[in-house]
Amino acid sequence: MNDDVWLVVPLYNEAEVIGDVVAQARETFPNVVCVDDGSRDGGAAAAAAAGAVVVQHPVNLGQGAALQTGFEYALTRPDMKWVVTFDADGQHQTSDVLAMLEKARAEDLAVVFGSRFLDDRTDAGVLKKLVLRMAVGYTNLTTHTRLTDAHNGLRLISREVVEQLEITQNRMAHASELVQQIGALDIRYAESPVHILYTDYSKAKGQSLWNAVNILAELILR
Amino acid sequence: MNIVLIQVLLIVVVVVVAARLFRSRGARSQAVRRLGLMLFAAFAVVSILFPNLWNRMAAVAGVRRGTDLVLYALVVAFLSFTVTTYLRFRDFEARYTRLARRLALDEVRAESTPSQTGPTSSPTAGTTASPTVPPRRDEGSNAGGDAPPATEQA
Ligand SMILES: Nc1nc2c(ncn2[C@@H]2O[C@H](COP(=O)(O)OP(=O)(O)O)[C@@H](O)[C@H]2O)c(=O)[nH]1
Ligand SMILES: [Mg+2]
Repeated sequence: MNDDVWLVVPLYNEAEVIGDVVAQARETFPNVVCVDDGSRDGGAAAAAAAGAVVVQHPVNLGQGAALQTGFEYALTRPDMKWVVTFDADGQHQTSDVLAMLEKARAEDLAVVFGSRFLDDRTDAGVLKKLVLRMAVGYTNLTTHTRLTDAHNGLRLISREVVEQLEITQNRMAHASELVQQIGALDIRYAESPVHILYTDYSKAKGQSLWNAVNILAELILR
Repeated sequence: MNIVLIQVLLIVVVVVVAARLFRSRGARSQAVRRLGLMLFAAFAVVSILFPNLWNRMAAVAGVRRGTDLVLYALVVAFLSFTVTTYLRFRDFEARYTRLARRLALDEVRAESTPSQTGPTSSPTAGTTASPTVPPRRDEGSNAGGDAPPATEQA
């Protein structure tokens, strides 16, 4: 089951949790590719031991670059029909992915974006919420999309669309770039509610909100 | 007010320079940048020989002192330098990203050739990228520096 789905997991210094994350994900989705980005903590070995394919960048390039590498790897698997972008830090859940898949199949969608803001399961901080809202506002303004959460790492993308994507934003601005490229395609997409777990681990490691400034600069100075 | 004239002028120059550098790549903009640099140098020499030149030009432009005009010119020059450098770094980064990606993907391909499907169970990950990967054709060697227009995404 779910043999045609590949989880693409950007991995950077998550050795503590990646083994469990991969093992748990593989109970539902056997195909997992972790794109390790020059981690120095043995996370790649842990991921491989848990049964993931590990693609290793020789140097750190960033999350966006890792996703593009993962896409290109997944495209080498002829039976791949869906790619799921899935975080390594345990914030995402396979039950959400199953719901996204179901939605995509039922409504004939090529892309399903995860959104934290379609229900109230996700408990992000007030400031984080505000920044994310502004980010999605900017993305909606500059692309032809209407989304509620553009910076969510959980997405379901069909092979046909993956073939047409080319992420050039190596770091965090890739999320907006993805939305922009997908928005420019003539395909059907939708959002699906997801529950992002803000564990202590992920909160301690996650992006600083200051990165919003960097993302904006990277998007403008293209 | 004369100040307005110079302000309008400077803003226009800044915007035009920035826009040019943002939008254009390739041989022509590189040539323009180099010409600009030469002009700048020539101007420096002339203004060293005729120190009063800037004052006279400043008066024409509506700025009180020549030094102010020099300052403005430097601001513009510095801005364009910053943008150019940034764009160069981006091009450079795009290129070495492609290189690193190719390396990473080739490594996996080499590893997984024996067994067809199923993830590699041997935890060989963690080994450094071996330099014994078979030689490959290079991705177009752009000795000139600027990539041909077709390769870059708009
Ligand atoms: N490959 C790679 N992955 C990264 C990098 N930075 C973050 N990640 C991964 O991207 C995912 C999300 O990162 P995180 O810092 O938690 O971002 P946040 O959840 O948006 O706050 C995690 O799986 C990280 O391991 C990087 O430089 N390279
Ligand atoms: Mg996270």
